[in-house]
Amino acid sequence: MTYQAGDAAAVTVVASQAGGGGQGSQAPHGLGASVPSAEADAKVLGTYPYTADLWAEGLLWAAVLRSPHPHARIKRVDTADAAAMPGVRAVVTHEDVTGEAGLGRTVEDRPALASDVVRYHGEPVAAVAADHPETARLAAAAIVVEYEVLEAVTDPEKAFEAEPLHPEGNLIRHIPLRHGDPSATGEVVVEGLYRIGRQDPAPIGVEAGLAVPRPDGGVEMYTASTDPHGDRDRLAACLGLTEEQVKVYVTGVPGALGDREDLGFQLPLSLLAIRTGSPVKLAATREESFLGHGHRHPTLLRYWHHADREGKLVKVEAQILMDAGAYADDSAEALAAAVSFAGGPYVVPNAVVDGWVVRTNNPPSGYVRGEGAMQVCAAHEGQMDKLAARLGIDPDELRARNVLATGDALPTGQAVTCPAPVAELLGAVREAPLPALPKDGPVEDWLLPGGPDGAADPGAVRRGVGYALGMVHMLGAEGADEVATATVKVEGTSATVLCAAVESGQGFATLARQIVQDVLGVDDVQVAPVDTDQPPAGPGCRSRHTWVSGGAVERAAKMVRTQLLQPLAATFGMSAELLSIADGKITSYDGVLSTTVAEALEGKELWATAQCRPHPTEPLNESGQGDAFVGMAFAAIRAVVDVDVELGSVRVVEMAVAQDVGRVLNPRQLRARIEAGVTQGIGAALTEHLRVVRGVVRRPDLAGYALPTALDAPDVRIVRLVEERDVVAPFGAKAASAVPLVVAPAAVAAAVRAATGRPVNRLPIRPQAAVSTG
Amino acid sequence: MSTHAPHAAHTDRLVALPATLDEAVAALAAVPAAVPVAGGTDLMAGVNAGLLRPAALVGLGRLAELRGWAYQDGHALLGACLTHARMSRPDFAALIPALAAAARSAGPPQVRNAGTLGGNIITAAPSGDTLPVLAALDATLLVAGPDGEGRQIPVSHLLAGRDRLRPGELLAHVRVPLLHAPQTFLKATSRTGPARATASVSVVLDPVRREVRCAVGAVAPMPLRPLDAERWVASLVDWDGERGLAPEALAAFGDYVGMACIPDPAAPEDGGEPPQLPPALLHMRRTVTALARRGLGRALA
Repeated sequence: MTYQAGDAAAVTVVASQAGGGGQGSQAPHGLGASVPSAEADAKVLGTYPYTADLWAEGLLWAAVLRSPHPHARIKRVDTADAAAMPGVRAVVTHEDVTGEAGLGRTVEDRPALASDVVRYHGEPVAAVAADHPETARLAAAAIVVEYEVLEAVTDPEKAFEAEPLHPEGNLIRHIPLRHGDPSATGEVVVEGLYRIGRQDPAPIGVEAGLAVPRPDGGVEMYTASTDPHGDRDRLAACLGLTEEQVKVYVTGVPGALGDREDLGFQLPLSLLAIRTGSPVKLAATREESFLGHGHRHPTLLRYWHHADREGKLVKVEAQILMDAGAYADDSAEALAAAVSFAGGPYVVPNAVVDGWVVRTNNPPSGYVRGEGAMQVCAAHEGQMDKLAARLGIDPDELRARNVLATGDALPTGQAVTCPAPVAELLGAVREAPLPALPKDGPVEDWLLPGGPDGAADPGAVRRGVGYALGMVHMLGAEGADEVATATVKVEGTSATVLCAAVESGQGFATLARQIVQDVLGVDDVQVAPVDTDQPPAGPGCRSRHTWVSGGAVERAAKMVRTQLLQPLAATFGMSAELLSIADGKITSYDGVLSTTVAEALEGKELWATAQCRPHPTEPLNESGQGDAFVGMAFAAIRAVVDVDVELGSVRVVEMAVAQDVGRVLNPRQLRARIEAGVTQGIGAALTEHLRVVRGVVRRPDLAGYALPTALDAPDVRIVRLVEERDVVAPFGAKAASAVPLVVAPAAVAAAVRAATGRPVNRLPIRPQAAVSTG
Repeated sequence: MSTHAPHAAHTDRLVALPATLDEAVAALAAVPAAVPVAGGTDLMAGVNAGLLRPAALVGLGRLAELRGWAYQDGHALLGACLTHARMSRPDFAALIPALAAAARSAGPPQVRNAGTLGGNIITAAPSGDTLPVLAALDATLLVAGPDGEGRQIPVSHLLAGRDRLRPGELLAHVRVPLLHAPQTFLKATSRTGPARATASVSVVLDPVRREVRCAVGAVAPMPLRPLDAERWVASLVDWDGERGLAPEALAAFGDYVGMACIPDPAAPEDGGEPPQLPPALLHMRRTVTALARRGLGRALA
């Protein structure tokens, strides 16, 4: 079954009319409806409470002193001057860190505050609490740190031979994947070298937190964490406290693209709160935010694609080198995704892929949506274009000859058991009509590259069309224990969901409401705020909450439903399966029984807690083989761009998206997720790269780091949403946010290639690479 | 009219809000370390980032007399507090089209509503959008000071650091000739939405003096004037007839400007091959070349 985009729009319109229709009409509810987000109004009106708005009696302000050097030995830290400043209440350094554990995500290799060595520009060294934010900043600046500047390793290719930057060595992981016959060769071989830049998550709201000391010596942390239990565990370990003594409350999340709220400031904040006995707050500056949090792994990729004369792939050889920065973070998993999807959603009979992720003194890399998959997508799609040009086959036709389908094997040996409608997706974007060239209309109506008052000359603008296919995995890979727990309560006419899955804008809270509305027929569903007293639901990234946490909510709701219906059914001597709930009413199949949910409850509160744990996966073995992924999602995008070939300026005119979504649970939110992913992908393709010179970040602000604006965002045309349900996923739905971001940069690059005839092997595409003199 | 004595009232305050130019000058004279602030789009960003810590501020927001413009012997006398948004409007564009185009392209609406012409000049950022236009127009800055309004500084002298504002002086007006001829401002950016210029070119025709004037912004710390190229191309234009030039002449002008602003590196003294221009600079020159060619072409069209 397929879902046409036009229908989605129609549904949205009808639903919104119904929503505003006044008496009698009902707001959209249940799965498949465009249920609006509960927070939308508050966010638009500016009343939604974010962390930076929090306040407590007797509040102190914190500031973090960060390293100005990418690599240096700390000879001496003198906090006397800072501590003596009026208004300063406490200064902490690594000596005050009470716990043992290092601070990191999957690998604990990062000191909470630098002790003997700083390894990246912006690494936290000390922190101050004072009665005014400016005092805190001035005091932080007054801390004397004597550095012996060391040579920075900033070229990942040189990290192998360089002096170890870390006791654990510079090589974080190497995956040598061998699949099929490594010595196979094709009649045609194309070689390519690709570079992917350092994309920053650049959330709209920067990091902030409020730490409140507890009477038991512990601390309560209010912050926009997307992984509250993970943050609690790491905080407790670093502070030398028990998990019961640390509690994380999740506040409004102002944008997240993976991990949020790095512990580099949560830990000093907690230390300061415990030390002073007062609540301590920190609101990072944009510069600190750019320096502190994890970025996309900059990646260097060298590829050789072997094919026969008909364009069928014979072998993919690849060398992938990822730059982790100084600490491991999620690098091992990012590398696994990059190596596993190195060939893309194509049938690759033989593969020789080597992937390395190494330490450097560049800014830290972490989890950004589509990590690993996005980098290789840009490269394998560049190779497909190159192969098509060599063989004289249209790029879309070449792709069509190689597409993956359900049952085919990945180069990791894992058979793709989920729906993989790649051929249908490609077909949909190939068939979609192209946007009209505005040649006949007035030039003023043509939004040229560079904007309405830009310098573009219609005579120098060339239009290009490019295709890209890509894939991404869902949920943690390689044996990660993905589990979520949810509790559903129903009382009277309303229900409450308790689940530690964080609503970070991805729409989980809305989805949870929809699920309970669907299962229990109750319209009024509240989703409780998240804190760590609730059972864990895992981090809000890797496209997991729809699957794992949504699955847990559904199970809990169904258990409540059984508790509700069983006594009724018993009274009437029928089985509970013969009763149905809709719009708050319970009816039997024959219509004999009809009552309301509220009556059936008889004033009781019913509740149930359930877990969802998808089927287990296994780590990749020493030759990169193994069933490492729970599920995969695919997309095809056709990009249409206008390029001023003299200036090298690019504007994306249209992105036609066909995506494998399993099942549409909320058409409006799905559309928003796809538009967001595509737009972020355009940023990665054209402008987003955090510039670093010899390890020092240049211009860490939103003028230096250019995000796409409304004028840069193209028409995102959803030409097809393929709804083939994934039988192992709850609801059959696949994650929708990551895959458009994975594919969009590759599609833009392909279109610029078509417009200019230039190779375009580097992202973001620099203007000089989009200049065509021919 | 203020009931306050011009000097005494503001001395002990960190922020003065004068209502007239005289009061503003007096406030500056009273606290010489004070920094004048108009739109604050550059200054306050620096303050918020902790980079600037002015001892005191003189807010110019109430100086209605600097927010408009007047006419004076074939010139426009532009108030320093004229906002970019005001300069973008059609009535202003009819007077000084290139300045209006530069103002329109300067940042998002929030910035254009607050940011002023005077602020753009005093901040003197290399990418300041109005600067190449003012350089091409040979604008003159009228400075008010303790000795009264009178000192005049050519805009290029201030931007090049040949002449600076003295303590207590305030940029009051900008005198710009009204040329009644086409002018252009073109700007290359990294994205389609509002962004800083990576290079910008302003071309101004002066039919009375039979001059073409051109200035290139954002490629150097101050706008560059390719004077030889200007003179050469002005000699080709048929000022009494149709002003158009052949595409080859436009292209040659573009090359001339590009080479003048971003010259080839000098050959080593011991002979041998001259070093290659790095790709980024080569692209910058290509951009300037294209902008100058297009700018002149549109001005002469």
